[in-house]
Amino acid sequence: MPTEEKIELPKDLLEFIAKWKDKQGNLIMILHKTQEHYGYIPRAAAIELAKLLDVPLAKVYGVITFYHFFKLKKPGKNIISVCMGTACYIKGAGDLMAECETLLGCGVNCTTDDEEFSLQGVRCVGCCGLAPLITVGGEVYGKLTPDALPAIIAKYRSK
Amino acid sequence: MAVKNFILVCGGTACESSKGDEIFKALLKSAQKHGVQDDVQIIKTGCFGFCEKGPIVKVLPEEAFYVEVTPEDGEEIIAETIVKGRLVDRLVYKDAEKSKSNSEKIKFYQKQYRVVLRNCGLINPEDIEEYIARDGYLALEKCLTGELTPEDVINHLKISGLRGRGGAGFPTWLKWNFSKNVAADQKYVVCNADEGDPGAYMDRSTCEGDPHSIIEAMAIAGYTCGANQGFIYIRAEYPLAIERLNIAIEQAKDAGLLGKNILGSNFDFDLEIRLGAGAFVCGEETALLASIEGKRGMPIPKPPFPAVKGLWGKPSIINNVETFANIPVILTKGGEWYKSIGTEGSPGTKVFALTGQIENSGLVEVPMGTTLRDIVFDIGGGIKGGRKFKAVQTGGPSGGVITEQFLDTPIDFDTLTSIGSMMGSGGMIVMSEDDCIVDVTKFYLEFCVEESCGKCSPCRIGTKKMHEILEKITSGKGEMSDIQKLKDIGKAMKTASLCGLGQTAANPVLSTLKYFEEEYLEHIQDGKCRAGKCKDLMQYKIIEEKCIGCTVCARKCPVNCIVGERKTPHFINQDKCVKCGACYEACKFDAITIS
Ligand SMILES: Cc1cc2nc3c(=O)[nH]c(=O)nc-3n(C[C@H](O)[C@H](O)[C@H](O)COP(=O)(O)O)c2cc1C
Ligand code: SF4
Ligand code: SF4
Ligand code: FES
Ligand code: FES
Repeated sequence: MPTEEKIELPKDLLEFIAKWKDKQGNLIMILHKTQEHYGYIPRAAAIELAKLLDVPLAKVYGVITFYHFFKLKKPGKNIISVCMGTACYIKGAGDLMAECETLLGCGVNCTTDDEEFSLQGVRCVGCCGLAPLITVGGEVYGKLTPDALPAIIAKYRSK
Repeated sequence: MAVKNFILVCGGTACESSKGDEIFKALLKSAQKHGVQDDVQIIKTGCFGFCEKGPIVKVLPEEAFYVEVTPEDGEEIIAETIVKGRLVDRLVYKDAEKSKSNSEKIKFYQKQYRVVLRNCGLINPEDIEEYIARDGYLALEKCLTGELTPEDVINHLKISGLRGRGGAGFPTWLKWNFSKNVAADQKYVVCNADEGDPGAYMDRSTCEGDPHSIIEAMAIAGYTCGANQGFIYIRAEYPLAIERLNIAIEQAKDAGLLGKNILGSNFDFDLEIRLGAGAFVCGEETALLASIEGKRGMPIPKPPFPAVKGLWGKPSIINNVETFANIPVILTKGGEWYKSIGTEGSPGTKVFALTGQIENSGLVEVPMGTTLRDIVFDIGGGIKGGRKFKAVQTGGPSGGVITEQFLDTPIDFDTLTSIGSMMGSGGMIVMSEDDCIVDVTKFYLEFCVEESCGKCSPCRIGTKKMHEILEKITSGKGEMSDIQKLKDIGKAMKTASLCGLGQTAANPVLSTLKYFEEEYLEHIQDGKCRAGKCKDLMQYKIIEEKCIGCTVCARKCPVNCIVGERKTPHFINQDKCVKCGACYEACKFDAITIS
């Protein structure tokens, strides 16, 4: 078994853990905070959390893998989320997804080789009035057709 | 000097993500520039419901209703409407007949009746004073001063006939009464704001536009049943709603409306937000409770029901956002008042997220018993682009289709169930002739395959098998025996699955098989998709008479499957065609058809 790399959890996360440590059902909230910091849940951080909270590592992983929101792999610099909720699907989200795959040269739930972009599908971001839409780093681009995508992606590509 | 005008800027998610905040700031800046900042109050509200035409800005008392506003328009709105009292014509909403409407006359709002959304689009959700000014926290005060005893609360709810809005329509008073009558050292109140139905955003908008109504109702639930701790379980995907709820909770604490010894009554009630993490099954109440406990969100068999044995084994009331939002008004206006709205079996109103192929997509609230025709054609403005109506899917992945023949059926919990659909939480997806029923059904099944928690086999295997069969049918490889297989698997899942997800996952299939069997048959027998959505069934063909042999298509085709001499008609080799559509786009003589 490879030796585990060590990780030093950041201060605000440690403070958060201290605040939540004695609350029942704290694991998911702490995982959210961890992912907020790293963009995903690094294995070394999961090991640290298991120790700090005194729960088996298997339980931590059991929870992480159950929920779609938690990521185990480091995402690219920009996360492109294509809404695959019903309202967006009906209005052609499938075509947006296919075009994103072609433009980025990477499949869904994957990251481009240069680590610039990750592509994922999400289930409704609650702006169905703007369907079909994608979000990039929290910014919403609504009422899209595939031909609008190259310009949007270009905006985020670092020079 | 008194304020003369109010400008309401929509701060709902859809408008906010179309620069709502910049519009708000631009208006403030222009008001200063023109020196009218004391004459006008600019307020950022929750969703107006008319998200299709957002961002929305409304000016009172003129009732000017401006749509598709940009930050650059801020200056003109102040200079014209506020300073000179004139409308900015180009921004005023115009209906299909091109006549300008002020907000009272807009058809979108005329058949609506707002109870749940009473404050959305009217008050600043980040200011508790505005909620209080509209009789907010009055019901809680009545409870804590003894004007309403726990028995009175239950009684009002019983008279009102309020049924849970999370989908199942269970009488709310009954649930509260169970929990009230169990003796326990600790009880909980939980708000289900998971809203997992993809394509629905009623609960999100309520949390964003009127968060205090939920907080007040939860405190009342605590008072009624003897609970002093509440949890709001909300999806992490809803950042704006979480932020507004957090602000509201803090303000309520500061105002002494949450926390210890509320309003000097010895009643304590605390509230905490717990985040979901993207699992549809966590909308199911027992799975949701497991998730709050920090575990994998898997359902457990009922009974015992959460009202008796819930969070950490303690009695817990769990209600949906919309259910809670109804409660403060029911208590201030009385159960009788509420009962007078809606239908006999389903009193009150229902909020729907109207989306899909519809002119005016948005949030609509109508009395129960309104017909689908009123919702789709009067409020929704009909099908987008004047296409033909095909069906409406309600109840999301657990629901079914409502077809043209039921357009005039009054909608409530019971009628929807009787025609093979269900109310669900309020998603309403409109489909037109351009949508393929089999394709949309496949979409729902794919969703259920992904979301099945895997605990029980009928659901885990059944959803997967059904999806495979639908995949087969939409790719032109379906067999006649598949129809019966779908029906059999569906029946087994309905009876044998552990939780509501598996029990209802087959509904979209069974319901569309009932009303649209001929479309399934067309796919299977004729290899045809009438909506042209199933790519594998499409054929690109060159019409001999129209083709002049310009060779453009042949040069565009990525797989070189178009053959023909220059200046003679070309042909497509169907075996090699990958249906990319490049030739169709390229032909300038309309010589290529899709069938
Ligand atoms: C798979 C599944 C998903 C559900 N999702 C939700 C949901 O997103 N929101 C909700 O309020 N209720 C949802 N429910 C219903 C809840 O289990 C529960 O009935 C509801 O929260 C009770 O509140 P009510 O009585 O106010 O309706 C779901 C049920 C199932 C089986
Ligand atoms: S029916 Fe599906 S979601 Fe529900 S417990 Fe069984 S496998 Fe899990
Ligand atoms: S649809 Fe695409 S693959 Fe088929 S003939 Fe036309 S260009 Fe070629
Ligand atoms: S379905 Fe895409 S935002 Fe709701
Ligand atoms: S978000 Fe602005 S009208 Fe709905």
